Amino acid sequence: MNTTETNAIEVDKLKKQFGDFVAVKDVSFTVHTGEIFGLLGPNGAGKTTLIRMMTTLTPPTSGKAVVGGHDVVDDADGVRHAIGVIPQALTSDPELTARENIAIHAKLYGLSASQRKELIPHLLESVGLTEFRDKLVGSFSGGMRRRLEIARGLVHSPKIMFLDEPTTGLDPVSRSAVWEMINKLKEASGLTILLTTHYMEEANQLCDRIAIVDHGVLVALDTPTKLKDSVPGTDIVEAEFDNPPADWNATIEKLDGVASVTIHDGVTHIATNRGPLTVGELMDLARERGVTVRRVSVQGTTLDDVFLYYTGRQLRDAASETTRYDMSHLYK
Amino acid sequence: MKLQRILAIIERDMRKFFRSPALMVSSMIFPLMQLVVLGYAFGGKIKGIKVAVVDEDHSTASRDVRQRFDAIEAGPRTLAIQNYSFLSDAEVDLRTGFVRAVIYIPRDYSRRVDQGNRPRIAFIEDNTDNFVTSEVLNRMQSLVQDLNQGLNPFQPGQRLSVPTPRLNPLIDLQVVELYPYIEYIKYLLSGSIAMAIFIVAMIGGGITFIDDKSRGLHEGYLVTPIKKSELILGLIFSGAIKGLMAGTSITLIGGLIAGIDRLWDPVRLLYLGLVLITTSVAMISFMFLLMVRVSDPLVPRAMFGVLNTLLYFPSGAIYPVEGFPPWLRWISYIDPFTYAVHALKALLLKNTGFVGIYTDVAVLLGFSILLVSLSVAFFRRQI
Repeated sequence: MNTTETNAIEVDKLKKQFGDFVAVKDVSFTVHTGEIFGLLGPNGAGKTTLIRMMTTLTPPTSGKAVVGGHDVVDDADGVRHAIGVIPQALTSDPELTARENIAIHAKLYGLSASQRKELIPHLLESVGLTEFRDKLVGSFSGGMRRRLEIARGLVHSPKIMFLDEPTTGLDPVSRSAVWEMINKLKEASGLTILLTTHYMEEANQLCDRIAIVDHGVLVALDTPTKLKDSVPGTDIVEAEFDNPPADWNATIEKLDGVASVTIHDGVTHIATNRGPLTVGELMDLARERGVTVRRVSVQGTTLDDVFLYYTGRQLRDAASETTRYDMSHLYK
Repeated sequence: MKLQRILAIIERDMRKFFRSPALMVSSMIFPLMQLVVLGYAFGGKIKGIKVAVVDEDHSTASRDVRQRFDAIEAGPRTLAIQNYSFLSDAEVDLRTGFVRAVIYIPRDYSRRVDQGNRPRIAFIEDNTDNFVTSEVLNRMQSLVQDLNQGLNPFQPGQRLSVPTPRLNPLIDLQVVELYPYIEYIKYLLSGSIAMAIFIVAMIGGGITFIDDKSRGLHEGYLVTPIKKSELILGLIFSGAIKGLMAGTSITLIGGLIAGIDRLWDPVRLLYLGLVLITTSVAMISFMFLLMVRVSDPLVPRAMFGVLNTLLYFPSGAIYPVEGFPPWLRWISYIDPFTYAVHALKALLLKNTGFVGIYTDVAVLLGFSILLVSLSVAFFRRQI
């Protein structure tokens, strides 16, 4: 298999097994040149293992991956020249300065002194670290280190960039700065970016296409909009009830516009195409039947709903990052 | 104060302790190892000291003297006798450290025995190791005393089958010390220099390497096109440079403190540099091989004391290797410290030049090549 001009990465039935545990199960996908491709899934879904196989850090048990036109097993060196990688852990040397970190990396890629002299200030500028260039990285915040590592990963002008959980552990301001930088990179250089994340918002904001991974399996792959469209109903009403009668779900399903009703961890998820109206009708219905509504909220379909729809469970790690209209305080 | 909280802290610490084999090894195996190694490394009976015997007399009387040496070699095995034809050859080997002492029976020995005219035996000693020197000298003195009394040195009171002629006047043992008196601080200096290099190797090749690995810093390098041989050689040479810097500092500062004569002799400094470089490369590659598959940062810290005991004390840095039991001698044979200490002693105490160190340098180099090759083979380029 060779990557075509439109495909930067081609993954075919990639599998990784550690003893009896299968971390990645026959995953196949392609990443188009110039797109930001997201692997979305909870911790332990196999995203890092997948990225490590694509970046030659872990040999696959079976299957094939071609990155930048190079097979990850047969031509690992070719892959390493073609890619820039920002691993999940902060891998910049805290005992070196920002400039030294980039310079050492540039030497590992064989850049000459004149190339380094020209490139390093430019890279530092592009990640907003010029004034910190001679400061030890140990004194940097997590966001600054992440930006430095992005600059470091770009030192050899790679064709494809891998970012493993690029904003995990960062505060919201740093996270936004990293997002902005990733967007700029794509616009400025036409770089292909593959990132993993367990943040819905991150995937939604950055990615052209998203592959949802759960338990090592790729369960859905499309653009964020199409993924959301694939979930029945345009809105999701979440509600919690006290002592609902046995036929309560069936009763809700009969409401106008409701597509489906599911219960997950005691929370009723109602997919509907007329969210606010459904909430009103639900409240009336509850009053009629003597059911206490402990909490109700409504929002447009999110990637969380997509994840729930495809995997049957919520992406709990991302719960704190969602922007829902939580109305529970009204019913306390 | 609540007992439950105290118990909670105790429980936490005990659980962590029992789940960390490195800490358990460090706390339980290390003291035992120190007991055994130190117990046997000090004050053991010194055996197998290489002594050159030059018999220019070739007479019945001189053969009697040589037979007594042979009896010591076969009996208590204090000496390992090597016969030389010429005094000049023996002196060269004495100066370069291949033998520890020369016993010279001059051409006129038997004539003087016959004449009763103060027959002389010369004892030329490499007095850089006081433990060895006093052991050999004691043997020599008792041997001459026995000769003078016509007694078998190993079965006191019993006459030899061939009666020894009673000498009158008595045999005169002439002792020649090759070097000025060597204080113990000078004797210890070589071990301290090797120790400085070992500490750098332990910190750079062990602790920092594993810390960087566990912090994920290596992942940043492994995704670049660097080959594992390049990465390992880079790490080993950087460690060796640091080792050389530490070794040079201790050589010069320690040399001044200990009062090494003509410390600034440029030729000797050149050879010292050679020994320090090869020692540094050997030590760091040794450490690197030990740590190549380790990922727990506690392991190198826990091993620090164990390795220190296991490498420093059997090296002959503080007590001669000839005083060790066989199992400890075997450790000293595969211990890079031994060759470093031997070469440094040859240069600092005897200023032997290249002839006194080339074997050690060759062993250290061979050792380094083997260890680096094994490190490359065992290093995992992948995670």
